[in-house]
Amino acid sequence: MLQINNLHATVADKPILKGLSLQINAGEIHAIMGPNGAGKSTLTYTLGGRPGYEVTDGSVSFDGQDLLALAPHERAAAGLFLGFQYPVEIPGVSNVQFLREALNSQRKVRGEEPLSGGEFLKIARAQADAMGMDMEMLKRPVNVGFSGGEKKRNEMVQMGILDPVLAILDETDSGLDIDALRVVGDGINRIMRKPDKAVLLITHYQRLLDYVKPDFVHVLAGGRIVRTGGPELALELEEDGYKEMAA
Amino acid sequence: MTDHQIKDQAARDAAASVADYEHGWSSDIETDFAPKGLTEDTVRFISGKKNEPEWMLDWRLKAFRMWQTMEAPDWAKLNVPPIDYQDAYYYAAPKPKKTLASLDEVDPEILKVYQKLGIPIEEQKVLAGVEGARRVAVDAVFDSVSVATTFRAELEKAGVIFRPISEAIKEYPELVKKWLGKIVPMHDNYFATLNCAVFSDGTFVYIPEGVRCPMELSTYFRINAENTGQFERTLIIADKGSYVSYLEGCTAPMRDENQLHAAVVELVALDDAEIKYSTVQNWYPGNAEGLGGIYNFVTKRALCQGARSKVSWTQVETGSAITWKYPSCVLNGENSVGEFYSVAVTNNFQQADTGTKMIHNGKGSRSTIVSKGISAGHSNNTYRGLVRVAPQAEGVRNFTQCDSLLLGSVSGAHTVPYIEVRNPSAQIEHEATTSKISDDQLFYAMQRGLAQEEAVALIVNGFAKEVLQQLPMEFAVEAQKLLGISLEGSVG
Ligand SMILES: Nc1ncnc2c1ncn2[C@@H]1O[C@H](COP(=O)(O)OP(=O)(O)OP(=O)(O)O)[C@@H](O)[C@H]1O
Ligand SMILES: [Mg+2]
Repeated sequence: MLQINNLHATVADKPILKGLSLQINAGEIHAIMGPNGAGKSTLTYTLGGRPGYEVTDGSVSFDGQDLLALAPHERAAAGLFLGFQYPVEIPGVSNVQFLREALNSQRKVRGEEPLSGGEFLKIARAQADAMGMDMEMLKRPVNVGFSGGEKKRNEMVQMGILDPVLAILDETDSGLDIDALRVVGDGINRIMRKPDKAVLLITHYQRLLDYVKPDFVHVLAGGRIVRTGGPELALELEEDGYKEMAA
Repeated sequence: MTDHQIKDQAARDAAASVADYEHGWSSDIETDFAPKGLTEDTVRFISGKKNEPEWMLDWRLKAFRMWQTMEAPDWAKLNVPPIDYQDAYYYAAPKPKKTLASLDEVDPEILKVYQKLGIPIEEQKVLAGVEGARRVAVDAVFDSVSVATTFRAELEKAGVIFRPISEAIKEYPELVKKWLGKIVPMHDNYFATLNCAVFSDGTFVYIPEGVRCPMELSTYFRINAENTGQFERTLIIADKGSYVSYLEGCTAPMRDENQLHAAVVELVALDDAEIKYSTVQNWYPGNAEGLGGIYNFVTKRALCQGARSKVSWTQVETGSAITWKYPSCVLNGENSVGEFYSVAVTNNFQQADTGTKMIHNGKGSRSTIVSKGISAGHSNNTYRGLVRVAPQAEGVRNFTQCDSLLLGSVSGAHTVPYIEVRNPSAQIEHEATTSKISDDQLFYAMQRGLAQEEAVALIVNGFAKEVLQQLPMEFAVEAQKLLGISLEGSVG
């Protein structure tokens, strides 16, 4: 589904990703761990097409398409979803309005009919319920005044509504309390653990992986994948940290 | 052919048709144009064309003489090219604009805007001035003249007078005389004085005591919109305990031959009356290089004369090359209320200097000002507002909020509040913010599926929401689209 080959990317002329390769197949769940500043969020943004994140070498194909040739919103319409490490506030725009416009724009790019207000609200309500989020919160402006944990939970509600093919979740577990962690973990499994979907989890801690069992765990350091293993690798890192790892 | 060239062409055609007659406007020859330039004869010509009573002509002449002694204002934050008042036409009958044979002749840029606004084809023809479109449009879109007739009958039943001001001058001279020039005095400012001398037509509304106007006057206005020209004059009188909501303007850019617009709008609300006046202004702003475009110098003022009277101005300003306008409230009545909600968008080389004045003379009078300025491109956007509290006005409250949103790095936003308080019991609050659309916000929205321009439109609409939600429903939707369209190409 996602094939990253020798990806090099710079931010503000500073090389951050330095030859990163990774393959993710449909039905798989991958986890990436790695020290602060390793380039995990940079990878996320680069795959999302964020302006300022410049690819200097390498290629990325997504479901057979050249991902890097698409505009950010086209990548979204193709089924790519990013869970943000720091979800952004948009004053004056309700979550409902935001997501309905976003979903209908995606549908337009895919040549599908727009959803009516009623149809959309049905989907939104179901997803909010499943994440234990009050519908009233969905009527509030996007992330404005949400607590850190609420913002992360909101990312998962958005994921449920947009129903992507590939989700890259950047530290979605950070800032969650014990109960919320379980709810988010269950949400990821419910929405994404399907034969035709895939997930890339970026996390610092083993605990999310107790809920969302990964098929592969990778270590990203110095802008490259330096080690790959199964779920046991996460436990090992929990014990030993990254000091053994060549950066 | 650009919109501007169309305008020039129409003006040239008009000039040619006038020049053909030696005595042009004078007496026996029927012509629809006053000759170029501005003299006492121009004023007499206009008054004569309208068959005005003597008192009206005298009033105009007095204004004209006054205007000759005045000087154009000193433009604070505006850069206004000198205007040659002798090189313009001051009267043209409503028809003479050059009609087009079909929509194919309309500037494709304008057609694009119509399409984006979702305006039906037949209505587009009306707006663009396509030959014979008017009747067709009314038939197709609004089920014919009968709708207008129904509206008129309904208004008459309620006792509401809703007429061109030229008719009201003849039919309701006492009402007109009582209030015309009483809210905006003749000597108020250069452009208001000019308007007094040469105003072409406009709207007169009277809502009788205790009557709630049975419809948004916008509905009616929209299907009857005639080009009232560059010097428009509006007078709305809300008698005791009455209510009216009036919407002027149109979200679609209209063809217009006149570069200078200097309208005067006067509102008066008596005891317990309420007027809600909404404006959506989208005149031609000039091209991306800053050429052409309308100069819009408007004087709008409301007199909250009665106790507990209320006037609410809501404006969405996206058009014009230069906008100079300060819809204001003189709060004479005890516990009267003034409100001003404004969104002003400037892009490319547009300049806007707009705001309000709240003059608190009455005890317990209150006012709210919410101004949202959005500047993009090389444009300049200034909020200029005055809150004045008279010595006798006990217990006055004002809340002002001015927010500016910048797109790009070369646009300008300025906030110039004047506060004059002569009574210590007044509570005045002022909040101001300036922000930019952040890259974080844009990318977040794009990652969820919005194209860049959709993302900008969404964020801008969120910023302007408090004002947009004051608009009548049908126009709020169009105004939202309009904000997005006005800012296209301003990011990235
Ligand atoms: N705009 C920028 N200008 C300069 N350097 C940047 C910029 N953005 C990121 N960097 C640098 O890129 C490197 C990688 O950052 P990134 O956010 O990808 O790390 P990360 O692996 O996500 O770290 P964390 O675990 O702390 O979230 C860091 O050294 C960071 O300082
Ligand atoms: Mg990070």
